[in-house]
Amino acid sequence: MLLDKGTNFIRCLLENIRKHTLSKLISIFLVKIRTAFTDVLPIILVVTFFQLVVLKQPFPNLENVLIGGLLVVVGLMLFVEGLEIGLFPIGEMMADALARKGSLFWLLTFAFALGFSTTIAEPALIAIAGEAANISASSLLIKNSPDTITSFALGLRITVAFAVGLAIVLGVIRILKGWPVYILIIGGYMVVIVLTYFAPSAIIGLAFDSGGVTTSTITVPLVTALGVGLSKIIKGRNPLIDGFGLIALASLIPIIFVLIYGMVMYS
Amino acid sequence: MIIDFLKIFWQTILDVSPVIGIVVFFQFMVIKKPIPNPRKVVLGIILVILGLSLFLMGLEKALFPIGKIMAVQLSSPEFIRASYHDPESWLAYYWIYIFAGVIGFATSVAEPSLIAVAIKASEISGGSIGKKGLRLTVASGVAIAMVLSVFRIVSGTPLYLYIVSSYVIVILLTMFAPKHLIALAYDVGGVTTSTVTVPIVAALGIGLSTVIPGRSPAIDGFGMVALACLFPVIAVLGYGISIDLLKYLQNKKHEV
Repeated sequence: MLLDKGTNFIRCLLENIRKHTLSKLISIFLVKIRTAFTDVLPIILVVTFFQLVVLKQPFPNLENVLIGGLLVVVGLMLFVEGLEIGLFPIGEMMADALARKGSLFWLLTFAFALGFSTTIAEPALIAIAGEAANISASSLLIKNSPDTITSFALGLRITVAFAVGLAIVLGVIRILKGWPVYILIIGGYMVVIVLTYFAPSAIIGLAFDSGGVTTSTITVPLVTALGVGLSKIIKGRNPLIDGFGLIALASLIPIIFVLIYGMVMYS
Repeated sequence: MIIDFLKIFWQTILDVSPVIGIVVFFQFMVIKKPIPNPRKVVLGIILVILGLSLFLMGLEKALFPIGKIMAVQLSSPEFIRASYHDPESWLAYYWIYIFAGVIGFATSVAEPSLIAVAIKASEISGGSIGKKGLRLTVASGVAIAMVLSVFRIVSGTPLYLYIVSSYVIVILLTMFAPKHLIALAYDVGGVTTSTVTVPIVAALGIGLSTVIPGRSPAIDGFGMVALACLFPVIAVLGYGISIDLLKYLQNKKHEV
């Protein structure tokens, strides 16, 4: 009798918990998918308005567009979720562990490796470097032979990747020393302006664009977490003032290096 | 479609593998401490790769083809002639200005790396920097940059003028901006232009500079990304300054 009551009670309890967590899970899921949908909604509105009202045309392959839109929303939701439970924690944790270890060498090696390796394999950079090599060869700025074109493109990629690695190292040193970020950035701007004046005009557009393509979607969260994690653990640093700024340097330093690369290669 | 997905998924894994390699190397060879919640972290990384692949595949299926066709159609001579009485004037391209502005805004709002930075900024500032507010400010900056870039291509004015004057504006604003916003503002510039925005913007720049007589895609097509990196910085700094200014004025009123 008593045993029966007991198992019954436990069964009820389990049932309740399951129901509760399931409905809770569903409601969390709905909130997340709605957030992702709101993020994508402006694009949907703009494209629909221009297609139907301005260009006055029906959608080509409406089916593809709808499926694609759904994939974008679901993908964005999963990405943000993974960011919060995986990428941010591991980034901050490693910054924390490396800072506690107290070895400047390993910290800076980590910073450089993170910047260099994520950039050298970046598809956007590979595309831009190849295009730049072809344009340079066809306008006879470099020798028009397959070997020269390949080595120009590879050289450009290595240059940019090295610049990003160096930028992250510089940014980490800045956080350790507590230098204000604007000194580095404005100093960098000055260098860019002076170099633009001397650099061959064919490299300028490319140089500015290479700054924009270096920071990929995976690199940004990790690098941000690194900066914020470091400034949290080092005494006297404010995460908001000192933690950000790594990405800014990673977009600026490559411009300088590509301008110099152009000056060297084209002369 | 499944083959498409597998291709993109594989490409994403390849793109991510150097980062994973470094993280694993440092975790096991240098730090040599166990990860708290290893299952959760691994699950998170899998979700990031999976989500990014789905996101990219959806973009390639839905947005990129349509966006590129749209950019070409809006800048086609027939459309221009049909929409404005004087096709020579820079005003004749008004639909492109509007398109560039709103699509720049919309793609920035959906940019995953910007979402990442906004989450961190809001977390660190204890919510005083709102996720939505930051992203909308940045998106407005990109919108302005897009409209200016279209004007630059249509009018044929040189890029360096725009870059150098934007630099000067950034430097001036930095002197007056609230300290806690400066580093964040510089960061969002590099962040806005990634997965979603660049392909559409590049298509618009190249389409426009191909159609307009006297412009070359190789020279004039570049530079839209560069401006789209600078204007969000100006927007965030400017927003910070105006909030400070408003507070200052309100305080002054109270004193009187």
